[in-house]
Amino acid sequence: MFEIFGIPSQALFGQLLIGLINGSFYALLSLGLAVIFGMLNIINFSHGAQYMLGAFAAYFLLQVAGLNYWVALVVAPIAVGFTGVVIERLFLQWLYKLDHLYGLLLTFGLALIIEGVFRNYFGSSGLPYRVPDALQGGQNLGFMFLPNYRAWVIVFSVVVCFATWFLIERTRLGANLRAATENPTLVRAFGINVPRMITLTYGFGVGLAALAGVMAAPIYNVSPQMGSDLIIIVFAVVVIGGMGSIMGAILTGFGLGVIEGLTKVFFPEASNTVIFVIMAIVLLIRPSGLFGRGT
Amino acid sequence: MKRIIGLATLAVAIGCGTAQAQYSDGVIKIGVMNDMSGTYADLTGPGSVVAAQMAVEDFGAAAKGLKVEIVGADHQNKPDIGSNVVRSWIDTDKVDVIVDVPTSSVALAVNEIVREKNKVFLISGAAASNLTGDKCSPNTVHWTYDTWALANGTGNAIVKTGGKNWFFLTADYAFGHALERDTAAVVEKNGGKVMGKVRHPFPATDFSSFLLQAQASKAQIIGLANAGADTTNAIKQAAEFGIVKGGQSLAALLIFISDVKALGLPTAQGLVFTEAWYWDLNDANRDFAKRFAPRNKGIHPSMIHAGVYSAVTHYLKAVTELKSDADGKAVVAKMKATPTDDKLFGKGTIRADGRKIHPMYLFEVKKPEESKGPWDLYKLRATIPANEAFRPIGEGKCPLVSG
Amino acid sequence: MQQIAPMEASVRTERSRSEIVAFMLMAVALIVAPAVIYPLFLMKALCFALFACAFNLLIGYVGLLSFGHALFFGWASYISAHAAKVWGFPPELAVLTATAGAAALGFVAGAIAIRRQGIYFAMVTLALAQMMYFFAVQAPFTGGEDGIQSVPRGKLFGFLNLADQMTMYTFVAIVFLLCFLLIYRIIHSPFGEVLKAIRENEPRAISLGYKTDRYKLAAFVLSAALTGVAGGTKALVFQLASLTDVNWPMSGEVVLMTLLGGLGTVFGPVVGAFIIIAMQNYLAAFGQWVLVIQGVIFVTCVMLFRRGIVGEIASLLRIKL
Repeated sequence: MFEIFGIPSQALFGQLLIGLINGSFYALLSLGLAVIFGMLNIINFSHGAQYMLGAFAAYFLLQVAGLNYWVALVVAPIAVGFTGVVIERLFLQWLYKLDHLYGLLLTFGLALIIEGVFRNYFGSSGLPYRVPDALQGGQNLGFMFLPNYRAWVIVFSVVVCFATWFLIERTRLGANLRAATENPTLVRAFGINVPRMITLTYGFGVGLAALAGVMAAPIYNVSPQMGSDLIIIVFAVVVIGGMGSIMGAILTGFGLGVIEGLTKVFFPEASNTVIFVIMAIVLLIRPSGLFGRGT
Repeated sequence: MKRIIGLATLAVAIGCGTAQAQYSDGVIKIGVMNDMSGTYADLTGPGSVVAAQMAVEDFGAAAKGLKVEIVGADHQNKPDIGSNVVRSWIDTDKVDVIVDVPTSSVALAVNEIVREKNKVFLISGAAASNLTGDKCSPNTVHWTYDTWALANGTGNAIVKTGGKNWFFLTADYAFGHALERDTAAVVEKNGGKVMGKVRHPFPATDFSSFLLQAQASKAQIIGLANAGADTTNAIKQAAEFGIVKGGQSLAALLIFISDVKALGLPTAQGLVFTEAWYWDLNDANRDFAKRFAPRNKGIHPSMIHAGVYSAVTHYLKAVTELKSDADGKAVVAKMKATPTDDKLFGKGTIRADGRKIHPMYLFEVKKPEESKGPWDLYKLRATIPANEAFRPIGEGKCPLVSG
Repeated sequence: MQQIAPMEASVRTERSRSEIVAFMLMAVALIVAPAVIYPLFLMKALCFALFACAFNLLIGYVGLLSFGHALFFGWASYISAHAAKVWGFPPELAVLTATAGAAALGFVAGAIAIRRQGIYFAMVTLALAQMMYFFAVQAPFTGGEDGIQSVPRGKLFGFLNLADQMTMYTFVAIVFLLCFLLIYRIIHSPFGEVLKAIRENEPRAISLGYKTDRYKLAAFVLSAALTGVAGGTKALVFQLASLTDVNWPMSGEVVLMTLLGGLGTVFGPVVGAFIIIAMQNYLAAFGQWVLVIQGVIFVTCVMLFRRGIVGEIASLLRIKL
C-alpha cells in the first residue's frame, strides 16, 4: 500500500487540485466548442489543431521575435483567431445551409492539413517552452508542492471562463448574439450585421482554443499532435455536458477534470477511459446531456 | 494511414562489374526501415541510412567488386505498415537484408517475415529482449541494446551507489511492464526494495498526479519505465513539481541522446541511464561523428546509428567470405562464427541466440556548466563489461539454444 | 435542408442496367488484376473497400455518420487473429467469429449511440470507439503495442492452403463480392426502403408507424457485422492485428474513402477505397504529406464535389451506380 492511502484527506486534496488544473483545459476547450456550436451549428473538429496552433504561436513568438509568454497570451489567440476568421469566410460560410455533418467533415479535413504540415516541419518529438520567470518555483501548501504556474492556470482560466459567460449571458452584445442564433432574420431586421457576427464568433471560439494552447505550452512539450489527443476527450466532455448552456460547458469541464484526477489515484489504469464510461452512462440516463436542452 | 513502399532509393554504390553471379540478382540490397518522420526520426531515421552508406563506403565495397544498394522506408511505428514494406521489399524488390527497425512491435512482425522468407534481419533500433528470447530466429541478429541490458545496467549501478528504495512509474502496456519487471528483479537481487508503483495510461500527457504519488512514497529513486514523449514529459513535470530538489532521483530506463537534447541540460542534468555507445567516448567515435554529422543535418550519431554501421560492416564481411547472400540462415551462421571487429564497437561476438555481445556504459547527463558544446551531454559513470552486460544465454528461453 | 446523401430515392422498378454492367466490370477486373498488380495490395484494398461499403450502408442509406467504425474493424481483426492463432480456428470460422463479435459490439454501441442524432451521434460513436481503443491498448489478449503477430492463415475448409498468395486472393475476392451483393440486396429490400425513408424524414416514418429506432439499430448492427468481415479478413491477409486498426484515424479514413467515392452510391466506396489505398502506397515517399493530401481531398470533396467521384459520374451520365 502506498502511504497515500494512509493519509487520504491531504493527498486527496492535492489530487483534487491537479484535477482542477486539467479541468481548466477541458473547460476552456469545451467552452470554445460550445460558443461556436451555439452560433454556427458546427462542431469544430479542428479545435484541437487550433489549440496546437496557439502553443506553436507562443513558441514562435519567443524564438523568432523574442516576445515572452505574457505577450503571447494576448497576441497568439488574436493571430490564431484571425486564421479562424479566414477559414470561416473561405469555407464554413458556404456550408450553413447544408447538413451539419458537412461542417464536421470540413473541419476534420482542415485538422488533418494543419497537423500534417506541422508534423512535416517539426517532427513529433516536441519542442520545449519554458515557464515564464515570474511564475517559476512554487508554494508548499503542506499537503503538496504547487508549482506557481499551475496555480496561475487555474485562476486565469476561471477568470476567462466566467468573463465569457458574462459576455454572452449578461451583456447587450451577448443578447444580440443569442437572438441571432434563435432568429437571424428578425435580428437582421434590427439592422445588425448577422454574417459578420457569425464570423467574429467563430474567430472568438478559435481564439479560446489558442489561448488554452498558450497556457499548455509551458506544461507539456509543444508538439503537432498535442491537440488531436485532447480533442476527443473534449468531445466526450461536450456530449456529457450537453450543448445547452455556456455554464454547462464550464462546469462539466472542471467537474470531469476532478473526476479524472481522482481516478488516477484509485484506479490509474482506467484514467484514460473514465470520461468515456461516464459519457455512456449519462447518455443512457439523460440522452441530451447534463445541461442540454433536449434534441 | 499506411504505406507499402517507401522506395526512395537513397544511395547506390556501384561495383566494377566483376563476376557477381553468386549474389542474388547480382546486387546486395540493404533495406533500412525505421521511423523517418515521427518520434524516433532523430535517433534512427535518415541517420541510419547515412550510417549504412558509410559502412558500405568504409568497407570498400566498390573496390572489392561488390554491388551494394541501399533503400530506405518509413514504417511510422506501425507493425502493419512495416510488414507490408518488408513483404514487398523481399517479394518484388529483392532486398536481402533488413536493418535497424526501431519499435518492438514492428521488429517482432519483421522478425517473423524474414524467418519465413529466409533473409537476414539486423536489429539496431528495437529494444524488446524477447527478440533473442522466446522469439529468437536463426535469421536475426540483435545488435545494439535491449530492455534487459538497460534494466540491468541502470538498476545495478543505482542500487550499488545507495539508491535502494524504488518507486516505478510504468507505462501501462506490454513494453512498460517488461521494463518494470526486469528492473525490479535487478533491484531486488542487489538488496534494494520496491516501495510501490503506479501504472499510467499510454500515452499520457499529464503526469502530475502520478508524480505526487511517487513523491508521497518517499522512495529514493523514481524509475521511469516508459519511453519517448512519456519519459520526457515525466522528467519535465518532475522538475516542475520539485521532485529532484526534494531529494528524490529519477532513473530513466529508456532514453536516448535526442531525448536529452530535447529536454535541455537544465532539466535533464543528473539523470542516470545506460547506453551502448556515445560519440565522445574515444577518438574513433569522435572521428565517426565528425564525418557523420554533416551528412545528417548536423545531428550527431546515436547508439542506434552506430549499431547500424557496425552491423552492416559485419554483414558485408560475412557475405564476402561466403561469396553468396542467397541463404539468410547461412549468412547469419557465418556472422555468428566470425568474431566481430569494427571501429565503433571494437571486438565482440554474436551468441547462438542472435545476441551481439559488447560492453554497455552507464552515463550521467552533464550539468549545464560542464558542457562545452551543444552535443556535449554525457559523462561516463561506469563501464559494464561485455560478459555482464546482457542476459545470460540460458535465461532467455530461446529455442535455438538447446538445454 | 439538403440531406447528407444526395442520391435520389431509387426508382425501384427499373433495376438499373448500369449497376449490373458495372458489377460485371468490377468482377472481371478482380479476375484480371492479380496478373498485373501485387496481390497483397489488392487484398488490402478489397478489405478496405468492403469496410467502406459497410460504412456507407449507415451514412448513405440511413444518414447516420459514425465516426467510430474503427471500433468494429479493429476489434474484429483482434478477434479473428485470436481465434486463428490461440484457439486454432480454421480461417472461415475465424472470420465468422469476428463477424459475430463485431455484431455484438455493434449492438451495444448502437443501442447507446442511436439515442442521439446528427453531430452528437458522430461524437458519441467516436468517443465509444476511443474508449475501446484504450481498452485494446491495455487488454492482455490484444498484445498492446505489439498486436497479435504471426497469425496463421490456415487451410480454408480444411484443404485450401491460404498461405499460397493466389488462394488467399481468391478467398478475399469471393468474400468481397458476396458481401457486396448482400449489401446491394439489403439496400433494395423493403427494409432498405424504410431506412431511406428514415433518412429523408424521420418524423414522417415514425408517424407511419415504423419503430425507427429498431430500424436504425438493425442497420447499425448490420454495418458493424459487415465491417467485422472486412476486419477479420484483413487480420488473416496480413497475419497481424494491431492498434492502427482500432485507433480513430482509421475511422476518419473510412469516412474519407466513402466521401471521395460518393456517399449513398453502391460503387462509390469501392472506388474511394482503391484510390486512397493506392495513394497511400504510391505516395509513401512523401511521408507525412500524405496526411495533408488527405486533408485537402476532404476539404475539396466537401466544398466542391459533395456527390463524390461515382456520384458525379452517375449524375453526368444520368445513370445509377
